[in-house]
Amino acid sequence: MSSSHVIRIEKLRKVYRVGKVQVEALRGVDLLVERGEFVSIVGPSGSGKSTLFHIVGGLTPPTSGTVIVEDRDLARMSDAERTRLRKTRVAFVFQKFNLLPTLSAADNIAIARHLSGNRNGADPQFRDVLEMLGIANRLHHRPSELSGGEQQRVAIARAIVNHPAILLADEPTGNLDTTNSQLVLSVLRDLNQRLGQTILMITHNPEAAAFGHRTVHMRDGRIVA
Amino acid sequence: MIHKLVWENVRHRPVRTFLSALLIAIPVTLVLTLVGLSEGMLSEARRRANGVGADIVIRPKGSSFASSLSSAPIPAALVDFVRKQPHVRLATGTIIHSISAPLTSAAGIQLEEFSAMSGGFRFVAGGPFRNPREILIDENYARERNAKVGAVLNLMNLDWRVAGIVEPGKLNRVFVDLEELQELTGNRGKVTQIYVKVDAPENVGAVIEALKSQLEDYPIYAMSDFISLFSVDSYPALKSFINVMIGIAVVIGFAVVCLSMYMAVLQRTREIGILKSLGASKAFILTLILREALLLSLVGAVIGVGLSFGAKWALETFVPASLSPAIVPGWWPRAALIAMTGATLGALYPGWRAASQDPIEALAYE
Ligand SMILES: Nc1ncnc2c1ncn2[C@@H]1O[C@H](COP(=O)(O)OP(=O)(O)O)[C@@H](O)[C@H]1O
Ligand SMILES: [Mg+2]
Repeated sequence: MSSSHVIRIEKLRKVYRVGKVQVEALRGVDLLVERGEFVSIVGPSGSGKSTLFHIVGGLTPPTSGTVIVEDRDLARMSDAERTRLRKTRVAFVFQKFNLLPTLSAADNIAIARHLSGNRNGADPQFRDVLEMLGIANRLHHRPSELSGGEQQRVAIARAIVNHPAILLADEPTGNLDTTNSQLVLSVLRDLNQRLGQTILMITHNPEAAAFGHRTVHMRDGRIVA
Repeated sequence: MIHKLVWENVRHRPVRTFLSALLIAIPVTLVLTLVGLSEGMLSEARRRANGVGADIVIRPKGSSFASSLSSAPIPAALVDFVRKQPHVRLATGTIIHSISAPLTSAAGIQLEEFSAMSGGFRFVAGGPFRNPREILIDENYARERNAKVGAVLNLMNLDWRVAGIVEPGKLNRVFVDLEELQELTGNRGKVTQIYVKVDAPENVGAVIEALKSQLEDYPIYAMSDFISLFSVDSYPALKSFINVMIGIAVVIGFAVVCLSMYMAVLQRTREIGILKSLGASKAFILTLILREALLLSLVGAVIGVGLSFGAKWALETFVPASLSPAIVPGWWPRAALIAMTGATLGALYPGWRAASQDPIEALAYE
């Protein structure tokens, strides 16, 4: 119960209603994540991995159970409070990059900065992060002018520009070739090692999972090992 | 930053942006043209009334200012009576007969009297009418009918020879001899109105008082008062018509923007999901949609103003005598406001839809 646990999840259940059908996506998940950890999450398709991220990231409320992120219980949060959580405390990286197509890479990062309420540009150290990500000289390009690997690194830069407590990466290499996957994975590891960024990463690939400190297995809405 | 996002969205789909703005522009143009036409026609009416050179006008019994006169109920003997009053220097009766209702009419004038009062026509070509079935027309009417001196025009089912073409700005655009028009319209010995010139400006008031006491029930105006009545305020029906057009403009702006933004929101479902995942609030998304709609409506208003110049040009080129459009810059901000009102109303529903999207579903949207 120490506050070194940036995430504390107990008996988390999530039921989706689709018309009259109820889908139990999570059936009692318990999980503790320490600050600075890099956790890989693996499991078959439909086992509830993304749902877990969506809840931790405040995109949807839990049905029951406790989800404490940085000492705040998401189960008690209103819509607006979860929106505020997404502004600065948690950040997503998706399989499909999800950059805004009409904006340049730099503006994609700037909009996240803007939404966090920070009207100044990124802090000076962020320049180093961009160098580390290897996209410093690609920033004026639109997403469509960037390779998949570059787009994903821009997405990572956008995710960490507000120094979130948790970075949630949902199959970040799922749309990348081997070379770019390696690049993105080593970037994530560097962020974790150099900046102490807490990272949760969903992956299908055991080699990718090996980049984390430990691997959590999910099946049928539960954590199995 | 939000401006950039709006701007890039608008720029990203130029055809959709242009078409939406154009559709917003059209009712803006209609309103501006209608207002310009009202103002233009009224100022043309003022100019022509002024061009008569009279100090006082006497109108038929029981007529109000806004009743259009196309009958001749005043006995011509009254002209002689008025002429004999103290301080009256000139008096002349005219008759107005509509020839292509309601925009063009022929004025029957007693040429010498009318010339004395108005300072005389300035002939661009030809000269005064001397024979029956001759007319004078002004330059605008000549252009609209493509007529030169000596040409024969059919008016009131009769052929008329153009004796002269005069500069516009005096009473009317088409002139024929008073007696001839009286005969033709079955108004022998009658006139439509009487124009009076007084010996000195300071006597106008006294003459009006004297005339009023002797000619009961005849509306008698000082020319300056009469001219100032040529304003939209004197025509309640015109005002209502303009208001109806404004209402239509707002509705069209509303419908165009509603449709355009609704489609934009559908197309950008995923982008809205991305913004939400980055912590964008409902208010932010709604603001985004509203600002884009406002931008479209502003572009539309600017195009609408531009098109109103085009409409003015077209009217002046093709019907220079019938219609006198004006450009009324005072209405530009109002036109922009009309477009923006419609756009804001139209963007509310799509904006609300976008703001209340479920972020997970939006992100899964292909
Ligand atoms: N928004 C949703 N509405 C309804 N059912 C959903 C929704 N999201 C996920 N599910 C269902 O929940 C289960 C878990 O899905 P998900 O968390 O995406 O699994 P994973 O990421 O491990 O593939 C699946 O059966 C899926 O169909
Ligand atoms: Mg998934």
